[in-house]
Amino acid sequence: MQITYSALAGGALIGCSVTLLLACNGRIAGISGIINGAYSNGSVERGWRLLFLVSLIGSAAVAFHFFPQSLPHRLSFPPFALITAGLAVGFGTRMGSGCTSGHGVCGLGRLSLRSLVAVLIFMATAMLTVAVTRHVWAVLP
Amino acid sequence: MGRIAVKTFLLCALLSGALFGAGLVVSGMTDPERVIGFLDIFGHFDPRLAFVLGGAVLVTIVTFRVVLRMPKPLAAPRFELPSARQIDWQLIVGATIFGIGWGIGGYCPGPAVAGLGVGSSEAIWFVAAMLAGSNIYRWATARKKLHVATSTT
Repeated sequence: MQITYSALAGGALIGCSVTLLLACNGRIAGISGIINGAYSNGSVERGWRLLFLVSLIGSAAVAFHFFPQSLPHRLSFPPFALITAGLAVGFGTRMGSGCTSGHGVCGLGRLSLRSLVAVLIFMATAMLTVAVTRHVWAVLP
Repeated sequence: MGRIAVKTFLLCALLSGALFGAGLVVSGMTDPERVIGFLDIFGHFDPRLAFVLGGAVLVTIVTFRVVLRMPKPLAAPRFELPSARQIDWQLIVGATIFGIGWGIGGYCPGPAVAGLGVGSSEAIWFVAAMLAGSNIYRWATARKKLHVATSTT
């Protein structure tokens, strides 16, 4: 059960991260929103988002050192599928105004019905997509 | 905001980002194969990642109640919260497309960005495609708005 505890601990850390940003800066820590706003106007508006992202990347690099089992070590994933996935995630999160962190962690935290609907939809379509691509068609690893 | 306020504001963003990155790695969300395992309810279902969103929401559901009762944030003039309330077709279609992408690749935005920290080539390609996808949507809607604006004048 050790890994389940690490999932819970990691989740709690993310919860603390978004709480800190809301309590101090009054902002919602949705990663897709922060990325999209990182090239918006205004030096402080752009600055805090860039700092957040750089800091996220840096601390992940350090954390991977202690949790090598969390490294992405998939080897033979088809590039075409990876690019399609990236395009869909970018397009979909912008259109739907949020991803797992914005709608999931923050939206559910503030009891937003809109976010609950988004979470239920993207969880369901993600599970359905895995079922179709891995079992029905069996085209992806 | 004054200069000290701006510094505090930026420092909080820095700390929050560091906690977020550490949390993603500790949780294991950064391994796309584990994410696929979690989403694979009809195959080798691996329920461990349910505890990530579970653990995070367990925290926010308590802390957000307290925080949002404060008159204003500690280092900013006001709370900037999403104002949209209604469940429109953009939310539904957007979440659907996001879910499809998540299911194909096993990456949502946070873990993909975290993967950049170890120079993962998958993460680099994924994030590049993600930025492109986001800007395609922005470009398409900007064009549509422009079209509506010009046709009504």
